[in-house]
Amino acid sequence: MIGKKNLGEMEQKITQQKNASLMARPTEEGRFGDFGGRFVPESLIPACKELEEAFIDAWSDESFKDRYHQILSQYGGRPTPVTTCEQLSKVLGVKVMLKREDLAHTGSHKINNVIGQGLLAQRMGKTRFIAETGAGQHGVATATAAALLGLECVVYMGSKDTRRQELNVFRMELLGAKVESVESGSKTLKDAINEAMRDWVASFDSTHYCIGSVMGPHPYPWMVREFQRVIGDEARAQSVELGIGVPDFVIACVGGGSNAAGTFAGFVDTEANLVGVEAYGGAAIGQGSPGVVHGSKSVLLQDNDGQVTEANSISAGLDYPGVGPEHAFLNSIGRVKYEQVNDQEVLEAFQLLARTEGIIPALESAHALAYVVREAGKQIPTSSTVLITLSGRGDKDVAQVRELLK
Amino acid sequence: MISKNFGRLETHLRDQRSKGKKLLVPYITAGMTPQWLELVVAIAQAGADAIEIGLPFSDPVMDGPIIQKSSSIALERGTTTDQVLESLAKLELEIPLIVMTYYNLVFRKGDHSFSSALSKSGVSAAIIPDLPLDEIEPWAQAASENNIETILLVAPSTNEQRLQDICSQSRGFIYAVGLLGVTGLRKNLSETALELSKKVKSVTDKPVLVGVGISNLDQAKKACQQADGVIVGSSLVQKVLNGAGEEEVFDFIHQMRKGIDLI
Repeated sequence: MIGKKNLGEMEQKITQQKNASLMARPTEEGRFGDFGGRFVPESLIPACKELEEAFIDAWSDESFKDRYHQILSQYGGRPTPVTTCEQLSKVLGVKVMLKREDLAHTGSHKINNVIGQGLLAQRMGKTRFIAETGAGQHGVATATAAALLGLECVVYMGSKDTRRQELNVFRMELLGAKVESVESGSKTLKDAINEAMRDWVASFDSTHYCIGSVMGPHPYPWMVREFQRVIGDEARAQSVELGIGVPDFVIACVGGGSNAAGTFAGFVDTEANLVGVEAYGGAAIGQGSPGVVHGSKSVLLQDNDGQVTEANSISAGLDYPGVGPEHAFLNSIGRVKYEQVNDQEVLEAFQLLARTEGIIPALESAHALAYVVREAGKQIPTSSTVLITLSGRGDKDVAQVRELLK
Repeated sequence: MISKNFGRLETHLRDQRSKGKKLLVPYITAGMTPQWLELVVAIAQAGADAIEIGLPFSDPVMDGPIIQKSSSIALERGTTTDQVLESLAKLELEIPLIVMTYYNLVFRKGDHSFSSALSKSGVSAAIIPDLPLDEIEPWAQAASENNIETILLVAPSTNEQRLQDICSQSRGFIYAVGLLGVTGLRKNLSETALELSKKVKSVTDKPVLVGVGISNLDQAKKACQQADGVIVGSSLVQKVLNGAGEEEVFDFIHQMRKGIDLI
């Protein structure tokens, strides 16, 4: 495949040209190949179009971009560093570097997206900011951006999750947000999304729906990827500064897929092997099939009738039965490989990073790490250079891990 | 009876309208009780002009709490698309049936298989709220090949140009969404319902029915002053959730029938 030395030069050039056009703008209908689109009730079509126009306008406006980058640097702690892991590299026999999104404000990459959408909401004259959240990371980030930018904030969260993540509920409330506990359906992330969409149908005049991942109707998958590409753009420049050039492997965990999309966007035109790692219990690409939910065509976990089924993994952040449409596309053309790791492998990688490098990763991020731990010297040849996006810090998971290790 | 240009549903609704009648289309979620099929018969006998049958979906984003609840109950009872269509095929009703569901159930079966299955079970039309005009193909083509009319929605937020496009593409009738929001009970009929009906009526001679937010007879009557008829969903489903049987369902729809006929 891509990067193999026996490719003819011509072929290689063609591949590079093809890759250069990847992760650019989707079609006008919001398609990435067969995937994407805008499968929402008629009432929401004008809201999606208004947002699309506002985003296109803002993203080509240097003053908007400057403000976005300025907030991310002065408030959000960007650029986040790339850390070379000496001990872990010795253990694994491959050179491991971590893109440290865990060091961004609120403890994960989610801040990049919410600052972008918050500024956009202001620009559109919206005064209310709503979001869904699973484990609470995106909810906390949204509440943070709302507090910073003076927006009223409501976060929808499944009632199962409000119980599991009481502290995050309190955190959001401290930040001035109202948390709505969702009792419908499976009472988890997917139902929180449904409820946020129902709110938006009735409120889009004054309200912006801040979706937390590269999913939903057009322009969300594209827009959220663009607000997250700062991860990949920074990491690419940092890899050069570290004397690595382009890493052999670039790896990130995938639930909805926003940190992975942002990371891959910086490397898709290179010869790096891109790997997205899904949770075994929530592997939409690995175990799902094509379908339409939450506004776009992608792949998802469902039964024979087309009823969406529940994901179930150790990490609430990856407990989503679908995946962003652009990932479904990148998988279909083979540019990104999607792999799965199980809960046990994740727990081991979680502890290994803590002991060897003094970093406690989010359970979500530990999935990307677990793949490297398992495949170093196998799928990932010895001495390869490997960049892993550490999407968040693990403080939120410590209590759960303690229970699991008892 | 069926004209060359109109499908079975549209022909029927136009006929009724030309007799000076207002149109009444009740909604019920398939599988929400073991007796749901008897309830469909009762609704027909009570004077409905067509019946909207909801195929339950796990993630119904256009629906409020009442229809959500009926859908989860139906799914917990093991309701599947095939079962529902088999049951509908056994009915011998004089009025057309409409299936309402979300696109993933259709997509999973395939546009062709799904529309052909509807056709075989005697269903005339389909409402798929998360399949707006922009995404209507290839479904609409497959549906039309199988003589299934696709009913499109217009909303208070729909702009002028789009409204015309939707009206020309919609088959059966135009579903005017009465307010910006999801299905459910409302205290008052929204002003937007009347404004929208008026606007739609001015661009099309297809039947225009108001749905979303028609909770009682007064609201139905008021909506019928502008529109050709109404869709009544949540208020009926709430009665069934409360345990209403055939008799009570018949009475409720019959009262509504008599009420709007007096306009």
